[in-house]
Amino acid sequence: MNETLVDLSRLQFAATAMYHFLFVPLTLGLTWMLVIMESLYVMTGKQVYQDMVKFWGKLFGINFALGVTTGITLEFQFGTNWAYYSHYVGDVFGAPLAIEGLMAFFLESTFIGLFFFGWNRLSRTQHLLVTLLMAVGTNLSALWILVANGWMQNPVGSEFSFQTMRMEMTNFWDVIFNPVAQAKFVHTVSAGYVTGAMFVLSISAYYLLKQRDLEFAKRSFRVAAAFGFASACSVVVLGDESGYTMAEKQQSKLAALEAMWETEPAPAGLKLIAGIDEANQRNTWELEIPWVLGIIGTRSFDTTLPGIKEIIARNRERVESGVEAVKALDVLRRDASDPQALARFETHKENLGFGLLTRKYVADISQVTPEIMDKAAASTVPPVKPLFWTFRIMVLLGFSFIALFGAALWYSIKDSFADKRWLLRWALWFLPLPWVASEMGWFVAEYGRQPWTIAEVLPTHLSVSTLSVQSLYGSLAGFVGFYTLLLIVELYLMFRFGRLGPSTLGTGRYHWERQGAMQSA
Amino acid sequence: MLDYETMKVIWWLLVGVLLVGFAVMDGHDMGVGTLLPFVGRDDTERRVIINTVGPHWDGNQVWFITGGGAIFAAWPLVYATAFSGFYWAMLAVLWALFFRPVGFDYRSKIANPLWRKTWDWGLFVGGAVPPLIFGVAFGNLLQGVPFRFDANLVSYYEGSFWGLLNPFALLAGVVSSAMITFHGAVYLAHRTEGEIQQRAVRATVIFGVITLAAFAAAGVWVQAIPGYVIAAGADPAGLPNPLAKEVVREAGAWMANYRQQPLLWAVPALAFLGGLAAIWAVRAGRTFFAFWASGVMIAGIIGTAGVAMFPFVMPSSIDLRSSLTVWDSVSSHLTLAVMFWATVIFMPLIIVYTSWAYKVMAGKVTKAYILENEKQAY
Ligand code: HDD
Ligand code: HEM
Ligand code: HEM
Repeated sequence: MNETLVDLSRLQFAATAMYHFLFVPLTLGLTWMLVIMESLYVMTGKQVYQDMVKFWGKLFGINFALGVTTGITLEFQFGTNWAYYSHYVGDVFGAPLAIEGLMAFFLESTFIGLFFFGWNRLSRTQHLLVTLLMAVGTNLSALWILVANGWMQNPVGSEFSFQTMRMEMTNFWDVIFNPVAQAKFVHTVSAGYVTGAMFVLSISAYYLLKQRDLEFAKRSFRVAAAFGFASACSVVVLGDESGYTMAEKQQSKLAALEAMWETEPAPAGLKLIAGIDEANQRNTWELEIPWVLGIIGTRSFDTTLPGIKEIIARNRERVESGVEAVKALDVLRRDASDPQALARFETHKENLGFGLLTRKYVADISQVTPEIMDKAAASTVPPVKPLFWTFRIMVLLGFSFIALFGAALWYSIKDSFADKRWLLRWALWFLPLPWVASEMGWFVAEYGRQPWTIAEVLPTHLSVSTLSVQSLYGSLAGFVGFYTLLLIVELYLMFRFGRLGPSTLGTGRYHWERQGAMQSA
Repeated sequence: MLDYETMKVIWWLLVGVLLVGFAVMDGHDMGVGTLLPFVGRDDTERRVIINTVGPHWDGNQVWFITGGGAIFAAWPLVYATAFSGFYWAMLAVLWALFFRPVGFDYRSKIANPLWRKTWDWGLFVGGAVPPLIFGVAFGNLLQGVPFRFDANLVSYYEGSFWGLLNPFALLAGVVSSAMITFHGAVYLAHRTEGEIQQRAVRATVIFGVITLAAFAAAGVWVQAIPGYVIAAGADPAGLPNPLAKEVVREAGAWMANYRQQPLLWAVPALAFLGGLAAIWAVRAGRTFFAFWASGVMIAGIIGTAGVAMFPFVMPSSIDLRSSLTVWDSVSSHLTLAVMFWATVIFMPLIIVYTSWAYKVMAGKVTKAYILENEKQAY
């Protein structure tokens, strides 16, 4: 495959996926905040709670529209840009995607309509039920897409079939209860809850700083502080769980993001920061906490975690065996009943993916030399530097969120946050950071999976569609242009409605309306 | 568990059901989008029109998304080959669809007339372009598509975007566009009153006649274009391998199923009956009945093409044996079974809560409603 084509396809997927994930976490978090606020409304009957649901719901709607727009792109991009991937794994990967539509998207999208338009046509409890089902729908959608994504990281419950030339499902339950998928799901939705809470906290802090709509802002702030503190704790704890499943299932990713070149005696230390010398495969200096990584990664004191050099050496053997598998497969594709080829294929089958890695360097498997096998083996560990630093930014942000929400919750309980300007400013300035953390997290997860689309099964460079490079330049330019425009429009609306606050509801109860200063919005 | 061959046929039917579901549900709000700039003369009228589908378009769009997902899961080779082959056509659909969520949601949030007019045309594009392209794509499927597989089943597409725009395919595009616009007009007639309703009724007559005339013309024309026949191989119960068969091309081959099983003529007949009944019912003021009659017409039109091609899904015009059929482009037996049960469980639930949502929002959307809900309505 043409390298430029592969790189452009990766860039396009990365750009569109990361763009989708600007909107996803807010949807995941705000829906539950709306459920909490509306429950308070149903229980207390206080008007201000209904106004809260309606106002934060308005902002939620602005965000949701782009979540939907950008999600459709991803759904179709597997087919348009990753055709061989779609053929090779559709049998396993397609199922959770389709079930996501049936089980989750229908639910969230049907009920979001009633959420906005059903206020006067539903009883209070009916409307609360609608909001709840919408929230359940968004979270189910995260579950199914992460089952699909978890399978890419840890392809369980499936087997390669040489007759059909693809991976086929052998056990559906294994695919669903994939430990990597479970860890990913809880960590990712918690990240969304943090985002939703931060959004409400920051914007409420802004109203408090401006001394507007105090009653409304205080109540919103309190809900966000409590929900946010719980979520921030869970995102950190569950991030640790992700690290644990990674140590088991994705050792090359873990070694790379820890810049662990050598296998260290157990339990390995956790590097806080380090000077990384990628070319010479070593760190020039490091600041380390002893034991911690080993304990987090293996939950034991005596299991060793392999370093990068050891992983590459092991994979060198797997490449060699994989080349045999590819050779046997070539024979079998011509004559499926050749007994010798069949036997050879069965012996080497589990390393087939490693053999396919050599296709990046030569198309004809009989031309593979030991040097090519060396190169293929070396490529099985992703670049260290980008992973090392993005991971650390995410973790640092995780702890700082606990600190902020902890402080916010503490002063909410003491009921003295409204005049703590340092706290309110802190909350306001932290507004964009959950998005930063989430994008870093996805970068770690996806870039750390390289050079595979399906770990140890299908290399990225084989997965693409046979398109022309010009087509890719064209579509990439189109996406960038479209998405930039949409983002400007979205942010404009968000800022406008965010600044005006609950006055945009037109109830006559809030700041700008009482001043008579607001024109129609 | 049902045997593999039966499962393959069931999935052919289920994909058909999803396509019809998409055309009936998402179709009516796309039709409404297409008519929006013409039937709505001022801002309030346009808001009335938008709010007839405001609470529902998002749920309806999931028919499209789920259809894509189901094809991915059940016919991965079709998903891979068609989407990558029709690259620019797919992107055009996608980019047109971008206008819908933002158009619906953002349009009325700002009172500036230029802002609103821009989104109105955005909604027009989002409603008009996808059905047109799907129709053109169907027209090309019937003629065969220039793709082939290599021994490892990597697909190569050797046509161009402009090659898709041939006369027969354009006629199929007209059928599809007119059909969806008609369906949208019927829905509008059901949910509006007064002048808007009268204009919608006029539109149903125009687009109903175009749909049925173009459909009839395509039916005549299709007898002359070469269809495809499996000459050997393609074991219905066997492991899917598209390269293990022989295919020939013959003029009139798309009529073979109808010749063998005359009962199948009922499918195109339903299309005409449904269409005529819908036109009559709209004029008689029985708009609810008309909506379902129009749905029957849509099922008939899509079904007619499906039945003609069976068991082909996507024939190849440059390497006949690469053609994709119901027998050899499918997923494994287990995956088809899992997806079958998922559909059996969730589809009825979806229909129940979607109906409830329509019931809650039932009744005419009026100008008075828009003026009262200045801030909340779309
Ligand atoms: C962790 C959560 C998560 C992740 C990783 C993804 N999505 Fe997503 N997606 C959602 C969570 C979500 C959501 C919360 O359900 C959205 C976001 C905002 C929204 O409107 O719904 C959504 C919307 C959304 C839609 C529109 C649904 C509708 O109309 O209701 C589609 C088609 C997709 N997504 C498809 C994808 C694909 C193919 C992805 C992977 C490549 C993907 N999403 C990643
Ligand atoms: C929405 C959150 C996501 C983000 C931000 C994200 C981010 C990325 C990034 C940065 C890449 C490029 C990696 C590289 O090429 O170096 C990528 C590639 C890819 N991702 Fe994701 N991803 C997300 C979710 C998913 C999910 C849920 C799936 C599957 C269900 C998925 C499937 C893929 C595929 C197929 C590629 C292309 C092949 C590859 O480069 O390995 N992604 N994604
Ligand atoms: C101490 C704190 C944290 C730790 C230890 C941690 C750990 C991890 C690990 C190991 C991964 C990679 C999982 C994989 O590749 O399979 C990951 C991914 C991710 N992280 Fe974190 N994380 C932390 C904080 C955060 C925070 C604060 C956010 C956002 C608010 C966040 C959002 C994400 C996202 C969205 C992903 C990608 C999805 C996934 O793979 O689960 N993380 N995290």
